[in-house]
Amino acid sequence: MSTPFYVSPQQAMTDRAEFARKGIARGRSLVVLQYADGIVFIGENPSRALHKFSEIYDRIGFAAAGKYNEYENLRIAGVRYADLRGYTYDRDDVTARGLANVYAQTLGMIFSSAAEKPYEVELVVAEVGETPEGDQIYRLPHDGSIVDEHGSVAVGGNAEQISSYLDQRHQDGMSLAEALKLAVQALSRDTNGTQREIPAERLEVAVLDRTRPQVRKFRRITGRQLARLLEADGAATAAEAEADAEADAEGSGDEE
Amino acid sequence: MDFLSEHQPETLPGNRQLPPTQGVIEAPHGTTIVGVTFPGGVVLAGDRRATMGNVIAQRDIEKVFPADEYSAVGIAGTAGLAVEMVKLFQLELEHFEKVEGAQLSLEGKANRLSTMIRSNLGMAMQGLAVVPLFAGYDVDRERGRIFSYDVTGGRSEEHGFAATGSGSIFARGAMKKLFRDDLTEADATTLVVQALYDAADDDSATGGPDVARRIYPIVTVITEDGFRRLTEEESSEIARSILERRLEQPDGPRAALL
Repeated sequence: MSTPFYVSPQQAMTDRAEFARKGIARGRSLVVLQYADGIVFIGENPSRALHKFSEIYDRIGFAAAGKYNEYENLRIAGVRYADLRGYTYDRDDVTARGLANVYAQTLGMIFSSAAEKPYEVELVVAEVGETPEGDQIYRLPHDGSIVDEHGSVAVGGNAEQISSYLDQRHQDGMSLAEALKLAVQALSRDTNGTQREIPAERLEVAVLDRTRPQVRKFRRITGRQLARLLEADGAATAAEAEADAEADAEGSGDEE
Repeated sequence: MDFLSEHQPETLPGNRQLPPTQGVIEAPHGTTIVGVTFPGGVVLAGDRRATMGNVIAQRDIEKVFPADEYSAVGIAGTAGLAVEMVKLFQLELEHFEKVEGAQLSLEGKANRLSTMIRSNLGMAMQGLAVVPLFAGYDVDRERGRIFSYDVTGGRSEEHGFAATGSGSIFARGAMKKLFRDDLTEADATTLVVQALYDAADDDSATGGPDVARRIYPIVTVITEDGFRRLTEEESSEIARSILERRLEQPDGPRAALL
């Protein structure tokens, strides 16, 4: 029987972190921004069926960068957790903080368990409040730590550069069209500083809209709605596009 | 709790053996639910009374619930169990939608409800039956559909109109005479309130519109725009206009003899 080589715990953790970071960096980045009426998720995603963003509960959304099968696993676990909570207690008792904690536990356990390879994912859990002050955004890196974010956050390949770009330009109380525009600008900057064009069909956009009359605030923005929002440069056109987006929801009221 | 369910499941409340009971357990019962389809959608409505034996247990109970964006359940039978069943049903539909990224088909939803009713058969044999009416807008076929159930979970699709609960015989009679294929949404909402009025007229367990307390039937409409519950003003408007007509004609509108 051969004796395994001694690897110091410090070295082992660094290796694992390196492995996870490389995995995450291979994927496209995505951004989560606060805007006046809620939280918007924007990312580049050539697939229409495999989503990066999804609804977890009434006011909670989920975004993930990295390996699809791993974050899909975590997403379903999150939906299960939230639905079970809401059924056992009350819909109001499901919070992003609770969910982020569960994710942090899971990711942390997988990261430090020697038997498993670390998950190559980075998650964002966001909850939209009644007011912009009530919004919560948590970023969960691969090692199970939690970062409480405000305003804007980017995860994935080029995250650092994108988030510093966003931090400089993001303002509170932006309209959806403005936030969208900023996010697309940030995403289309390459590592070497050059700009490239991201067509609307390759964008995946979803919002947690606090003005939505239904209990479930999560809504995907696709097709015509998205194209209109991207074209909109004035506030008037943005409001129009939003009214159009809300037209399907009964009794819609644009409380701007 | 997980520990208990693994090691001593019989100590958990849900798993205890039910004691044999003599006679019927006294628990609030919901009474009449009616549903009508019209071109473009379906209307589901219920009265507001819950009874416990010959006592009115609650005057303003709500018995029609949205199941998801495109369907609704109206419940008749033991109120406590029925409300719990609806809660679980709503949860399952939402859970499926979120995990799969697509809604269940209307047939799928109806089948799921069927299984849930069947699992309650033991309780039903002890007099705690739950018999819902399920209505929804079928997005694929672009029309409203109604499903009725029996205590064993037997499911059947009803064409045109359906009713469940103690006042259902009278409500069905009324609807049979008033139903047409070309109802508008406004006609259909009036029709269901008429049917509930007739049920309340002849069934003591069904409550009619209560003008003094401002308690009116719950009327919901499901179309391709989704689920909508009529506001109190809208349903009181319908109930009041019917009451006014009934002051002259207590038995309501008359159908032609031939």
